[in-house]
Order: sequence, then structure tokens, then C-alpha cells
Amino acid sequence: MANFVVSGTPHVRSKESIQSIMRDVIIALVPASVMGIYYFGVRALILMVAAIVSAVFFEWLYEKLLKKPVTISDLSAVVTGLLLAMNMPASAPVWVAIVGSAFAIIFAKQLFGGLGQNFINPALAGRAFLLASYPTEMTSWTSAGNFGADAVSVATPLAQLKGGVMPDASFTDVLVGNIGGCIGETCAIALIIGGIYLIAKHVINWKVPVIYIATVFVLTALIGRDGLRVPVYEIFAGGLMLGAFFMATDYASSPVTAKGQVIFALGCGLITTLIRIFGGYPEGVSYSILIMNLAVPLIERFTEPTIFGALPKVKEAKKA
Amino acid sequence: MQALTFKRGVHPPDGKALSAEQPIQVVLPKENSELFYPMSQHIGAPCEPLVAVGDHVKVGQKIAESPAFMSSPIFASVSGEVVDIRPMLVPGGVMVKSIVVKNDGKMEEIEGLNQGKDYTTMTNEEILAAIKGAGVVGLGGAGFPTHVKLNPPKDTPIDHILINAAECEPYLTCDYRLMVEEPERIVKGLQIMLKLHPNAKGVIGIEINKPKAIEAMTKACEGIDNIVVQPLVTKFPQGSEKHLIYAITKREVKSGALPASAGCIVDNVDTVVAIERAICKGRPLMRRVVTVSGKGIKNPGNYKIRTGMTLRDLVDAIGGFNEENPPVKLIAGGPMMGPTLYTLDVASVKTTSGLLCFTKEEAYIPEERNCIRCGKCVDHCPMGLMPFMLNFLALKGDGEAFVAHHGLDCIECGSCSYECPAKRQLAQSIRAVKKIEAGKKAAAAAAARAKAEAEAKAKAEKN
Repeated sequence: MANFVVSGTPHVRSKESIQSIMRDVIIALVPASVMGIYYFGVRALILMVAAIVSAVFFEWLYEKLLKKPVTISDLSAVVTGLLLAMNMPASAPVWVAIVGSAFAIIFAKQLFGGLGQNFINPALAGRAFLLASYPTEMTSWTSAGNFGADAVSVATPLAQLKGGVMPDASFTDVLVGNIGGCIGETCAIALIIGGIYLIAKHVINWKVPVIYIATVFVLTALIGRDGLRVPVYEIFAGGLMLGAFFMATDYASSPVTAKGQVIFALGCGLITTLIRIFGGYPEGVSYSILIMNLAVPLIERFTEPTIFGALPKVKEAKKA
Repeated sequence: MQALTFKRGVHPPDGKALSAEQPIQVVLPKENSELFYPMSQHIGAPCEPLVAVGDHVKVGQKIAESPAFMSSPIFASVSGEVVDIRPMLVPGGVMVKSIVVKNDGKMEEIEGLNQGKDYTTMTNEEILAAIKGAGVVGLGGAGFPTHVKLNPPKDTPIDHILINAAECEPYLTCDYRLMVEEPERIVKGLQIMLKLHPNAKGVIGIEINKPKAIEAMTKACEGIDNIVVQPLVTKFPQGSEKHLIYAITKREVKSGALPASAGCIVDNVDTVVAIERAICKGRPLMRRVVTVSGKGIKNPGNYKIRTGMTLRDLVDAIGGFNEENPPVKLIAGGPMMGPTLYTLDVASVKTTSGLLCFTKEEAYIPEERNCIRCGKCVDHCPMGLMPFMLNFLALKGDGEAFVAHHGLDCIECGSCSYECPAKRQLAQSIRAVKKIEAGKKAAAAAAARAKAEAEAKAKAEKN
């Protein structure tokens, strides 16, 4: 007699997998990565490769050492490594990228249980760790178009705003990314194209990025920095596009519920603005997302969806 | 007319092309084959045999019944000798006491069969009694006794009688064929139901991926002013009772309540045909249409079988498995909600709507990975639950929190597992804990009732 497979329902599954989602994220990051390499040269490429290879290596190493199933084929470590490199200045030494990857993968992700269990975005945690540990290496901005030994130190548009002066860069420069900044954050157009791709492929929904960006736009327009009300610079220069489309939408560290996502995005926008205007940093995207990451369990607790056919709440029923 | 639907849900590939254009073929049990009549083919009290080993039974003979209201009698679908009464496997995966009849091949019918009546001259009580007496239950899968469904409490007026013709399960095409081939009988059956509830409107809900069925049913309804055909969006689980009601009436059946509380009675296509046969033809329920499909079967199609036939006899009668690519998985019903079978030696019952023979490729089970909290299960759950959280609580064994997060409202449609990119067995884990918690709840309710009764008794004695 033939043996038949017995299994739980359903017996058909969608084609989508963790790997296919991560592949889509990588595809969506390609335009911005290419522009990063175009502007910052081969150093940018070296940093990306170093961060990706080391992120995958540390994931493999940790899982091997702890005799866990090796999950590097799901490509999530590749995404973490790539995002970390895109959040670093091109002038940063390679070893800094490797240290950052190690922190992101081992401390932010694996120690909490690996994929899906990290309560903060690993790449951002890695970046925050590097910023605190190696502030000089992490904030030496070179201008776009100047490679290697010719690299000239520049101030980023947001740093100039922080200093109370209008940025040198024109609006077009900001849009195409011809400015100083992290490797992957300067070309707003490339990031928006990648973001639209992810929304079209249903990997992310529009809520978090659009609400996040809109909140920053509105708040910076209303409050302004010492009278400098230039919300277009605030949203296109700096890390907001990269953060809003690729970091705030990280599954594990953002709310699952629809209402929760709205609150999360509003919170990110508010904290980003507060840090930029009243804080010590010219940039606030990374920390705002990390702070909101910590609030996710609380947000989810209060935003559980109403079920189909929900009974009236007990309290109300008693009143009635 | 605009196609209606519910919120969320999924779009699995429908797989209906394999059998959709195969006309219904009658399959009769072979001479000397054994037919099994399980005592429980419905929700409610199991039946007790009315015959003994050695008795001779005829087609249409009532062989088992129960005095309970919430039950439904069982009829012999062949003539022959009762050779045994023993437990037999049913598609749900449990052993049920069954009457075994050896078919003598004569198909000798019992006297009094085929005495159809004109329902317009019957009283409502007569119609309900005839439906109960013919063993009609919900043939969509649950097996809820139809006479109970058609007779809701007096304080819940019925204003909609919905025919569930969504057939949202992939692969299944038996309801579709009935609509294309016998639309008049469906309309007649619905008219009988409307006679019981004259203030109600009859609505036949059909997914728009079945244009021929919509056309045939619309034509059959012409000139009847209290019946309409309502196109529905093709989406799973459109045929879920609660979601069909919502799509058509925009009413939500409250958690734990029955459809009648929303003024609706919902019955499946084949059930309505069974009502028509019971009243107009005077034949009890002893047949049903089954879709046999999947790449693992030689001749996928729709077959009208006698209930009680084993699925092995059915498969043999229609040409057997596909020898080049034999099935590795057998499913009773559709691929979203149907349980798997480990053998073909299973009795077909009133609620057997399909047999799917899945080949190795079709039966592929992907490896389960970590939940990545993508939220797709939440975005697609038709009940508005958080399946990933219920899965976590189920695996943790936290039944209390599971219930607090509305785990008992899960309809087990499997939309969450279908969508999950981490391929987690969400529906399966939820179903398991749901069973445990529902059992606890029922036990607690029974204990509370017993306590109240004892107190009342003690009080009465005191006085």
C-alpha cells in the first residue's frame, strides 16, 4: 500500500518566501547602491562588500558555534550588511564596517533569537554603535565626485542647516544625490524608485514611509530651524528617504497592526524633527527609528485590530 | 450587477480547469461491493441502527435514526444484505460505527419511494418534516441538519435566504456543474425554502470566475421576483457562511452567534438540490456530487455517487490514479480546508464534496522558518485576528491568552498559512489549541449549568 502524506491545512501555499522578500529588498536597494558607488567611488563598493560579507560570515559563524540551523540563504544578513554600509560615510575604514556588521548581527539580531526576533533594526543598531564608538570615522563626510586621496571634507546640507546657514547644494543636487553624506542616503530619487518597487511588490505598504516623510515635512515647515524653513531640504537631504523606506519598514522592529504603523510613523517623524531642531545632531533618523522600535510592543498592545463580528465591549454592555 | 465581497482574504490559484468542463457522470457501486453508512454524518446526536446483521435492505430504506431534534436519519443507497455493523474510517479522520451493506446490484427500491409532492399545497410543518425525514443536512462540509437551520427561533425573523454558490475552495467544481446542468432544481429548492420564510429574499451568490453558472442561474430565475443572482468577487474564503452574509447584506454575524441572528439562512447548492429531491421527487439523501481532481488522478471530473461507497471504489470506478505520476497526498474536500487521508478505504459521507489526489509537486510542504513579523497573516485574516500571535501563544501553550486574543473566533480557513512567507503552520497550530480551549469552555459551561440546576433543586427542596 502506498504511503500518503498527512499534513495540516491548507495544502496550497503562496510562492512568496522570506528569501524572495529579502531578494526584493536587495533589488530595491540596487539603484541607491549604484548611485552611491557612482558618487563616492570604489571605496563605497569596498565598504559595501566588506559589510555584506562580514554580516553573512558572522551570521554563519554564530549559528555554527551554537549548532543552530544555518539560515544565511534567506538573504536577511545580506540586507543588514548592505543597509549598514549605506549608512556609513565612504571614507570610513573597512574594519569599522566589519565591527559594525558583527555588532548588528550578533548583538542586535542573533542574541535575541535571530531573524524576526530582533526588537531593533540590526543595521541601525550597528550604525548607532559605530557612531558612539568611532565618531570621527563615522562623521567625516567627503563630497560626492571626489574619490580616494582627492577626497575633500565637506559639510552635509543638514549640518549646514544645523549651523544656521542655507546649504550650498542646490535643490537639484539634493534630489540626485550630488551632496555629502552616507553612501546610500544621498540620492533621493534612487531611494524613492526602490521604495515604490517595494510597495508595488507588496513587500511594504505605503503607510510608514509616506506618513513618516509627511510628518517631518509638515513639522519642519511649521517649526523651522532658527527661522530656516526649508522642508524640502529636510526630507530630501540626509537619511530620511533611506530610513523611511528601508529601515522604519523593517518587519521585525515595526508594528504589525495597521493602526500601529500609523502611530509608529508619526512617532518617527516627530522624534526626527525634535532631534534635528532641538537636539545636538544635525540628523535624527537613525535614533528616531531606534527609539520607536522600543515602543513597538506597547503600540501593538493598544492597536490590536477589531475582529469580524466583535461583541460590544464588556464595560459598554454593562452600562447598557 | 456589481460583484460584492468581504474584507481581506486571499487569492490562491484556483485549479478548477482540471474538472470544470467535465459534465457530472453517474457512478454506481459495483455488485458485491460493500457500502458503509456511518452513524454520524452530521452535527448533532449520532443515529442508532434500525437494522441488524443479516437483514435485507432496499434503496431508500431508512437504516438509522435518532430521536433527537438535532440529528438526521441515514438511508441505504443500494439494495443488499447488512453484513456487519462496525467502526469505519470517515473523511474527518475518526472511526465511526457504520452499517455495512453488501450491494446485490439489483438496486431494488423500497415501496413508497418517488412519491413527489407539490410543495405549494404542503404546510410548513409538512415541508420541515419531509426535509428531516429525507436526511437532508448541509452538504457544503459542516453537515448542519437542514430542518434545524430552516426552523430558527421565533424571535429571529429571517429576511434573507442565501444560496452559497461561491465554491471558493480551489479545485472543487461540483457546485459549478450543478448550477450549469440543473439550475431549475436549485431554483425550485430555493422556492421551497422561501415558502417557509415568505418575507425573505432569495439570493444566489456566485463568484465571478464562473460566468456560465451566473448565466444559467440568472436564466433559471427569470420571472421569479423574490430570487436574485448576486455576483461575488473571486476571493477565498468567500463561501464562508459569515463572509457570504457580510458580502451580500453587510451584516456581521456576532462572535459565537448563528447566521439566523443576522436574519440569514445559508445553504450550499447541493443541499438545495437535496431539498428539491426530498420534496418534489420523494427521494431521501443517498447521493451527492463529488469532484475528484488533482494531477494524480487519471480522469479528473465530477461524479454523482451513492453515499456509502468507499473512496477506493470510487477511484477504481473512474479509472484509477495517474500511473505515471501517482498521488502522494489525498485530500477530502478542497485544498484550503480539507483534511488529508492516509488511505482510500474511507466511507464517502453526505458531506464529502471532493477528493483531491495531489502529486509530489502539488503536495510540496515547505520548511517552516522563523516568523519575521511581516504582518501578512494579519492583513489577510478574514476574521481580523492576529494569527502570528495566536500561533506564538499556541506553541507556548498559553490557552488563556489565546482565548483573550479571540483565538476561538478563527474559522480555520487557512488564509494565514497560505500567505505566510515563513511557511509557518499557523492554521494548524491555532486549530489544535482551539479544540482544547473550546472543549474547556464547553466543560465549564456544562459544569455551571449542573451547578445552577443543583442549586435550584436544593432551593426547591428547602421550600
